[in-house]
Amino acid sequence: MEKKSLKGWLYLLPAILFLGCFLVYPLIDVFVYSVEEGYNFASQTYSGTGLYNYSYVLRDPYFLQALKNTFLLVVITVPVSTGLSLLISVGLSSIRPLRELFQTIFFLPYVTNTLAVGLVFMILFKKTAYTDGFVNLLLNWFGAGSIDFIDGPYAAKMFVLCLYTIWVVMPFKILILTSALASVNQTYYNAAKIDGTSGLRIFFRLTLPMISPTLVYLIITGFIGAFKAYSDAVALFGTDLNAAGMNTIVGYVYDMLYGNSGGYPSYASAAAVLLFAIVLTITCINLLVSRKHVHYFS
Amino acid sequence: MKVTLQNLTKKFPGRGRKAAGEVTAVNHFDFEIPDGKLVGLLGPSGCGKSTALNLLCGLLKPTEGRIFFGDEDVTDLPPEKREVGMVFQNYALYPHLTVRQNILFPLQNRKGADRLTKAQMEQKADEAARLVQIDGLMDRKPAELSGGQQQRVAIARALVKMPRILLMDEPLSNLDARLRLQTREEIRRIQRETGITTVFVTHDQEEAMSISDIIIVMKDGEIQQIGQPQEVYDAPCNLFVAKFLGNPPINTFAGSVKDGRLFIGDCAVSEVKGIPDEEVTVGVRPEGFLPTPQGAFVCSLDRVEVMGRDISVICTHPACDSPVIRAIVNGESQVEPGSGTVRFDLKPSKVFVFRKDTGERIC
Repeated sequence: MEKKSLKGWLYLLPAILFLGCFLVYPLIDVFVYSVEEGYNFASQTYSGTGLYNYSYVLRDPYFLQALKNTFLLVVITVPVSTGLSLLISVGLSSIRPLRELFQTIFFLPYVTNTLAVGLVFMILFKKTAYTDGFVNLLLNWFGAGSIDFIDGPYAAKMFVLCLYTIWVVMPFKILILTSALASVNQTYYNAAKIDGTSGLRIFFRLTLPMISPTLVYLIITGFIGAFKAYSDAVALFGTDLNAAGMNTIVGYVYDMLYGNSGGYPSYASAAAVLLFAIVLTITCINLLVSRKHVHYFS
Repeated sequence: MKVTLQNLTKKFPGRGRKAAGEVTAVNHFDFEIPDGKLVGLLGPSGCGKSTALNLLCGLLKPTEGRIFFGDEDVTDLPPEKREVGMVFQNYALYPHLTVRQNILFPLQNRKGADRLTKAQMEQKADEAARLVQIDGLMDRKPAELSGGQQQRVAIARALVKMPRILLMDEPLSNLDARLRLQTREEIRRIQRETGITTVFVTHDQEEAMSISDIIIVMKDGEIQQIGQPQEVYDAPCNLFVAKFLGNPPINTFAGSVKDGRLFIGDCAVSEVKGIPDEEVTVGVRPEGFLPTPQGAFVCSLDRVEVMGRDISVICTHPACDSPVIRAIVNGESQVEPGSGTVRFDLKPSKVFVFRKDTGERIC
């Protein structure tokens, strides 16, 4: 028995070492940094311990702005992208001709570089000396005035960011949902059809429960992904996100470490811990809510 | 409800670029199922039984022909308008719903004036559950039931809306041997009690023969014979039907007709009148052998298997199409295992003569 468990630990050793060095240790270190006040990188000294870093971060207007942006992004993009993906997947599964072509088209954004996509969005939305951007041309054509989506009002900027995020995260969801839909046994639908079930009722009473584990997986990973948003905002608004008022929590952490206002690892750590707490809470709530409505089949 | 099929045909297009190999799964079906009967659709796998069933329930559209329920032409009606109940081979019980919710499901689909009150629905569901004897399991999920219980739930779900006809696709194939016997009696009982015209598909001849009022024997999309099980067994119309029905199967021999007498090998086994001289295939049911000391049909005795009431005589004959002949004879018959040969008289009603090329029965 003794020998056996020794062997087991030996097998686990590489993973434990690796995860310990690069995941567990930094995680603990972040907590430690977050309570060390006035930590200095160069001298590796700090003036005391306490919760001052947290109270600073929570009072920092940039952080509050980032918090607001991130929450808006999460609340808007997760439901919209999941709902749209479900709609598209159901559509894809109910057509036969050209299905593969459309599947490929819908999956394209997934394999496209974030920054390249960002550039395309800038062409669509950015106002330059030569043009107001493609979308504004359309708006003008319909008789509406130009809107500056990149440097203009907050709502316009938020709209572009949400649109961008939704567009980027949808391919993966569509892919997963189409395969989940395909795995539902056709005889259930046949049985329902013979019993005179309406299409809507089939969708809500049969299809949705049967793909519910996949949906929950997508919603939870969707929430986590949206809370960690950063590169999307950079792609659209450049690196000085605080100035644009479009920073996210992860962006704030990065800026505190390396940005213009960089060199504050303690504040960065405190913000990171706060993000961690938020994501953990939301995920727990998600799991609790979904436990009632999700059906797992063997 | 009487069901009439007129010239019903279903062709499936071939696969691939040239679309070659069109398959005719159901070929010109023309028959009538009288009201309240239990009909067994019987044939080897791939013969088009399930296609025929799917045409009846409307999941498939026929290439040609019409289907009538009573006097109503339902050919162009979608499945939901046909008011049929269907029991699928894998039962297709909704796994996330309880037994009660599964049985209620078809009732909850109704709209407008047809819609029952909650209490009426519950009552109907309870009735259906009692009929198939699962009223104690109403709050379980399908995964918590045995195969036989799931089968009953599937039948209850199909019956709860009082369908015009009930269709069952291989209803017993997922059950073990003991349960199969029990369940087929159950299906018979339920069908009798409800009086709903029922069509069930099976590849098991014993299953079909034992509970059907009428059996329909199919092969390669074509109907071979329709009739009461005993009729079809006693008077098969061709070699295929003769071979497909009966367990142990019929023994077949290369034979010939000469001067009004039927020969198997060199043995003149019986008189046949009015048939020209030709080479034929002779089929003899296992119970058609009568061991007699002076019998005309001489075989080499291989062994004797005692089965209690009957004994099974295993012997060989050079003209036989299979390696051994299996004869079921009365347990009191005198068969000497040591003698090496055994002589039989053949019961005329158990001997069938088929045309050698087409397999069509001559007498």
